[in-house]
Amino acid sequence: MRLKISYRRKMQMKLVRHAVLIMLLGLGLASCGSREPATDIAAREGILLWGNGTEPKGLDPHLVTGVPENHIISSIIEGLIAYHPDNDMIPAPGMAERWEHDPAFTVWTFHLRDAKWTNGDPVLASDFVYSWQRALTPELGNQYAEIFYIMKGAEAFNKVETKDFRTVGVKALDSKTLQVTLNGPAPYFPNMLKHYSWFPVNPRAVEAYGSIGDRQNSWSKLENFVGNGPFKLKKWATNQEIEVVRNPTYWDAKTVKLNGIRFFPIENAGTEEVMFRGGRLHLTNTVLNEKVPIFKKKMPDQMMIEPYLGNYYYKINTERKPFDDPRVRKALTLAIDRQLLVDKVTKGGQLPATGFVPAGVPGYPPSDRAAFHPDEARKLLAEAGYPNGKGFPKTEILVNTLETHRQIAEALQAMWKKNLNIHIGIYNQEWKVYLDNMKGGNYDMARAGWIGDYVDPSSFLNIMTTGNGNNDTNWGDPRYDALIDDAQRAPDEKTRFAMLREAEQIMMDAMPIIPIYFYTRVYLKDPRLKGWHPKLLDNHPVKYLYFDGQRVTAPKTAGSAPKPVSTASATAPAQ
Amino acid sequence: MLKFIGKRFLQGILVLIGIYALTFFLVASTPGSPFSSERAMQPEILAQIEAFYGYDKPVGERFLTSVGNILHGDFGPSAVYANRTVTEIIAESFPVSLKLGSISLLVALLLGIPAGILAAVKKNTWLDYVPMSTAMAGICLPTFVMGPLLALVFGLIFAVLPVAGWFGPEFVVLPAATLGLYYAAYFARLTRGGMLEMLNQDFVRTARAKGVPEHMIVWKHCLKGGLIPAITFLGPALAGIISGSFVVETIFQVPGLGQWFVKGALNRDDFLILGLTVLFASLIVLMNLLVDIAQVALNPRLKYD
Repeated sequence: MRLKISYRRKMQMKLVRHAVLIMLLGLGLASCGSREPATDIAAREGILLWGNGTEPKGLDPHLVTGVPENHIISSIIEGLIAYHPDNDMIPAPGMAERWEHDPAFTVWTFHLRDAKWTNGDPVLASDFVYSWQRALTPELGNQYAEIFYIMKGAEAFNKVETKDFRTVGVKALDSKTLQVTLNGPAPYFPNMLKHYSWFPVNPRAVEAYGSIGDRQNSWSKLENFVGNGPFKLKKWATNQEIEVVRNPTYWDAKTVKLNGIRFFPIENAGTEEVMFRGGRLHLTNTVLNEKVPIFKKKMPDQMMIEPYLGNYYYKINTERKPFDDPRVRKALTLAIDRQLLVDKVTKGGQLPATGFVPAGVPGYPPSDRAAFHPDEARKLLAEAGYPNGKGFPKTEILVNTLETHRQIAEALQAMWKKNLNIHIGIYNQEWKVYLDNMKGGNYDMARAGWIGDYVDPSSFLNIMTTGNGNNDTNWGDPRYDALIDDAQRAPDEKTRFAMLREAEQIMMDAMPIIPIYFYTRVYLKDPRLKGWHPKLLDNHPVKYLYFDGQRVTAPKTAGSAPKPVSTASATAPAQ
Repeated sequence: MLKFIGKRFLQGILVLIGIYALTFFLVASTPGSPFSSERAMQPEILAQIEAFYGYDKPVGERFLTSVGNILHGDFGPSAVYANRTVTEIIAESFPVSLKLGSISLLVALLLGIPAGILAAVKKNTWLDYVPMSTAMAGICLPTFVMGPLLALVFGLIFAVLPVAGWFGPEFVVLPAATLGLYYAAYFARLTRGGMLEMLNQDFVRTARAKGVPEHMIVWKHCLKGGLIPAITFLGPALAGIISGSFVVETIFQVPGLGQWFVKGALNRDDFLILGLTVLFASLIVLMNLLVDIAQVALNPRLKYD
């Protein structure tokens, strides 16, 4: 017995000794490894390290639809109109130096500046004609072609009703003048042109690697890419990084302050957070919901929460019982305490959604029809034949598989139970299966979200017309459709907004959707990054960005951009 | 021996064809399309895109076309990533996975096998208990716990290694350690089991009675047989480790194959899924063939036939 104890003792001593050794080793490693964070070096060099969500599906503006793609494409290609640094409503001059319109806002003339493509070609009005023809060429299969339908004849050309592009309302009057004819008045047309679908591509570059309608055209690969933006493509390592560097031939190169941007496709929010805190990123794409309150307290100067022009809502299948009764749909909407939901569940500073068009559109405050009125909700439900929830049939909410969607659905489930005494189930499906079922109308209630393409109520209200591919609720009202259609030809902005407001109220009275909250953009940002302003569409024109304390350098030549891991070279490049 | 290899090789080809056909029809019957998205597309545009990738044809015809294309070495375009082919995607990410995988495997073998031998030889002492409990913990502790833990300790607290990325040799350390430690645990336990079985054999008792020194017994007489379970596991381990661990790649932002497996499936990128399946299946078939050869070489009771 004694022998055994002493043996165990010895072992314990040995273990302790080993543990101490390991700790010392760790400390030794730590002391020799204190190196300067990559973000410090990069900030000094004027290189932005940007967590950009995911690997882009491509960099061809006519073949992609995503937000990460937008960040990169907008830094290397510039359209007629550019984003204003801090105002969503002001169109900033891009390739178009100035523009004018006829009194009816239908015929627009753009005067192009002297600008160059990265291959040395001048940017011509005919380049835009070619680009828009390409975007509308049916064989190319541009998913965003619909945005061009505002242009005269564009829809017919895209739907192969005609093969003659001259029937489409875009013309190069001379090498520097572009004339666009629309279907009707659209005072917001310049703001629409900021969207990358309207960006030009270099016709010579495209034709060199395939035809105008070739989806596998390789002009937009790293080695072939031709752009005209403030930056140019330098490196594209799949799933790793995309690097752009300052484009010396950009027309406004003197405004560009950064020397380069490195976009990192990081899908995992946890990894992104660790990289941000470990000094490897200046900007993250997102922040985990549950971390938001902690960061808000611990690093308030880095935690960013900004309004975003999007609506998180539920679609209701208005053909299924009991949702075919508008009173039931209304009862469900009025029984939701949205303030409680955004405070306790989503936690990202979201605004309760009381209408379909989100807050933030100047001159168009959100509707107030979807407020919290539990008494009225109970009354409506009783009128529909379900007093105190009695006899309410079994129904379910469809969400795509993601923890946050389920949490929100569970909160709503509890509110409906408490306020209406009805039980509604929840089931989740993998993304593509969920899409199939939602688009096929195979659901009772389904979670949905919509982000505006441009800052205008029509960007939201247009999708709820009868039979629209994004409506999915089987709801439709001829009065609504007529108002949306007529608004396109409204004589002035005030009348147009009044018509859109009337349409929205018609929809909110029928309630084919349940608005839940207006989105916010939640991310981490290095406080040294300046020139970055809250934007409703999350479009931050990169040419205005710079770092506090950034060394003033001349435009760098290709190949000298620093790696974040190497120690920075102290020599400034010669002019 | 050549006959043995030839036979196994033909078997492998048959297995590959079977796997390809099965995957093709499974993928074809999965709900969802590579082109569906939250934003509805005009039906006319969708029809154009589907025609481009051949989705307008019946499944049987698509299958025959795809087999024909593969025989010509063409795995097709990615249906989701504009102007990239499946071959390009694999060519870009496979070397990364190969590098990470071989380093991880080296870590696993160098740690796992000695630990297993030691544990077997010093059975029921602390040299057995400590490594084996650690190994058990290593097997139980999933990589999605181990990875962030290592990143936290060495990336943020001590700040000696980069937390994520793939830009130089120091970026390999943490992902290789995460992946390697996990497999090391398996190898340790398999080696211990194999060695114990050998050490309990009658010939070992005879050898001991004859006064053969213990190190000779271990090195000369038991090691060859004791390693067999570990070597059997080496095949699938190598294929698995090379084809990438999605979790480790995601945590450490490694641009390898694993991410594409998941992206391909989530995007319903049919051509990519098929290309990767063929690659993974070929790897497993090849590795198993090599393991079979190695096993016969190590185990005198087996013959090539």
